Amino acid sequence: MSLVEVADLNVRFAAGRVHAVRDASLRLEPGRCLALVGESGSGKSALARSLLGLAGPTATVTAGELRVAGQDARDFGPREWRRVRGRHIGLVSQDALVALDPLRPIGAEITESLLAHRTVPRSGARERVVGLLTRVGVPDPEERARQYVHQLSGGLRQRALIASAIAAGPGILIADEPTTALDAAVQARVLALLDELKQQGTGLLLISHDLAVVEALADEVAVMRHGVIVETGPAGRVLDDPRHAYTKELLAAVPGGRPRASRGRPPEGEPLLDVTGVVKRFAGRTAVAGVDFTLRPGETLGLVGESGSGKTTLARVVLGMARPDEGSVLLGGEPWSGVPERARRARRHTIQLVPQDPLSAVDPRWPVSRIVGEALAATGVPRAERAARTEVLLERVGLTADLLDRRPAALSGGQRQRVAIARALAPEPRLLVCDEPVSALDVSVQAQVLDLLRRLQEELGLATLFISHDLAVVREVCDRVMVMKDGVVVESGPVEDVFAGPVHPYTKSLLDAVPRRARTAREPAQERL
Amino acid sequence: MRGVLTRLVSAALVVWAAATCAFLVLQLIPGDPVYAVVGSDALVSEEQHERIRAEYGLDQPLVVQYLNYVARLATFRFGDSYQLQQPVATVLADQLWPTVQLALAATVLAPLLAVGVTVATSGRRNWPRRLSAAVELVVVSTPSFWLGIMLLTIFSFRLGWLPVSETGGVASLVLPTITLALPIAAVLTQVMREGLLAALDQPFAVTARARGVPETAVRYRHALRHSALPALTMAGWFTGTLLGGAVIVENVFARPGIGRITLQAVGDRDLPVVQGVVALSAVVFVAVSVLVDVLYAVVDPRLRRKTGVQAI
Repeated sequence: MSLVEVADLNVRFAAGRVHAVRDASLRLEPGRCLALVGESGSGKSALARSLLGLAGPTATVTAGELRVAGQDARDFGPREWRRVRGRHIGLVSQDALVALDPLRPIGAEITESLLAHRTVPRSGARERVVGLLTRVGVPDPEERARQYVHQLSGGLRQRALIASAIAAGPGILIADEPTTALDAAVQARVLALLDELKQQGTGLLLISHDLAVVEALADEVAVMRHGVIVETGPAGRVLDDPRHAYTKELLAAVPGGRPRASRGRPPEGEPLLDVTGVVKRFAGRTAVAGVDFTLRPGETLGLVGESGSGKTTLARVVLGMARPDEGSVLLGGEPWSGVPERARRARRHTIQLVPQDPLSAVDPRWPVSRIVGEALAATGVPRAERAARTEVLLERVGLTADLLDRRPAALSGGQRQRVAIARALAPEPRLLVCDEPVSALDVSVQAQVLDLLRRLQEELGLATLFISHDLAVVREVCDRVMVMKDGVVVESGPVEDVFAGPVHPYTKSLLDAVPRRARTAREPAQERL
Repeated sequence: MRGVLTRLVSAALVVWAAATCAFLVLQLIPGDPVYAVVGSDALVSEEQHERIRAEYGLDQPLVVQYLNYVARLATFRFGDSYQLQQPVATVLADQLWPTVQLALAATVLAPLLAVGVTVATSGRRNWPRRLSAAVELVVVSTPSFWLGIMLLTIFSFRLGWLPVSETGGVASLVLPTITLALPIAAVLTQVMREGLLAALDQPFAVTARARGVPETAVRYRHALRHSALPALTMAGWFTGTLLGGAVIVENVFARPGIGRITLQAVGDRDLPVVQGVVALSAVVFVAVSVLVDVLYAVVDPRLRRKTGVQAI
């Protein structure tokens, strides 16, 4: 019996002007996982939320059929919806740090789910909370229940959120990008937990833009684009033998599924960046514990590791934003770390940063022309030439001049990242530090931005320090890779060698955590090399 | 322990700065303080004049007067009032209780009103919010003396429900409290509603709704607490309004209290009293900011020492 049956569901926003979901049909069964795949804005979240009656106060939901737990939900009032939410359908959102109330202990959040449907008496709630936390694999459940979200690691937070979603025993769980904010290894463990729940009979509606995640869990896949489900079918069939052009496009964009950049000539010449024995401590904690590496012009070095491994601190040292406690950094053969800012300022333009989230890395009130213009002004380009130079830079990153007057909020994620890259290129750097440059982007946009970065490296001979937790992305763009754990480089070498034959157990575990598709796609690519 | 010490030092600095400002400003008021002592109509001979000046240290150079003043302040001797011929400490202590009563009542009423109105008007429908926003704007822009007079006209003179002036009973506290609390409540409501609506848009509110929690409970249990954080930052302004409002309200309703004494003292150039009031207000401000810091930690676990976010 289907737990949820939907036929011809339409969701409209803003008095019908925005048609977010068109004629969608789906059914959710116990113990099965349906994945809704699509990029941001495709309507997948709106569709999922409307199954909970939570599409929002401005949404109008109509349907040919909308059956939840055996009842017709089309004319549900608030009271009927409340009985369904949590009890029959649970919701696990993206990023538990904001999806759980930061001001309440996680135990209180889980208790709320229990008491909302009076599934347990108040006196038994505490015990049930401990039981639930144990079930989702949270160690020391009694103690954790009293802690707040910000005190838990990313993986534990997501587990706590899952515990609060399954507390009242719903038959269906909607998991909306449940692992997007997580590192590869943690992601794998959370996916395993969801899989376990599925084996125990919970029906899953998985929403994701990450096809690798989908493959790990889904029995069936529905691909959404512009509010329409364009293709649906068993997971194996859709992913291996896509029929719709858009599905093919999505699959082709998955990093790791694409050919690696082959440069032919190994980078030569004097190292541009020479890092020796760098140590950085913060209040008793050693973030970077002795790292050495060099980077030559035209070379791309991938820096891989989980959050807290010291990647970002190392990048800050390279950028000259943090002073190393020990060791030295040479830039172009001259001292870079430990010299007074006055002596560095003239050379600052040689290193530029491409940030993770361009929206927070640019002034939201400035138009594109001013964002790029400021970087030009900082390197002494006269005012009269700035407009022309800005247009050249935009063209270089694949943007047109009609975006000059737009503000960041009016740009798409990909356009924003291109603007951030144009800004980084403005001072004519020789070294780019890219800190997770594509992790905030949709797959197809991700692929475009990676292509752009690759092209720029070749055209301009830029050296790149590429920081990422996504191994597939690193494999696609980097020449060499460096794996960091607890502030130490545990493994480094040419990308092909490290990926084909990882030596350090940590590297192995990172590679094992990469979902299957990205891994299997590696073989044919290697043959091409 | 070091935190407490830092607190005390900074508190002393605040009081000193406030006292210095008060000292300087009072020098700018024209007129001879001797007449504040003897009364403006009194005829004083040159000799008496000099004697009074010497007695109160007014013949000394300004710098010496200032240093004496700071020294007295540091040893908690505020001197005698020129007008009332009583120690300032006694004057303030006598007048403190009525003002504290009024301020406490307003401190309880204003947040209660703000919370009630915020929760009631942040619902799905728009019109209660618009109506309340309009009322808030009117209340905020109304001078409190006029508000007080209107309340008196309606409830005391017209309807005769409440006494016109201080009788010592609780009934005489009602109108002054409302006059003092309404403008504060209006501003707090604006801030809290903003915070509440922002919190209701947060992902954790969606999660709570997805658990089957009723909308009202989402508001009370989750969003309200989040909206308290921006409201708490208003505490300094809140204290200032209470003290300033007390001056007006006590005069309109003819209540005894610090506010009334202050107005009188400023008018009569009764420097010791004014300086005492300034020092007292500075201490109140410092105490309130300590209290607010504690409240922040109560509301937000991320700011607590035990559960706080460790600074990296």
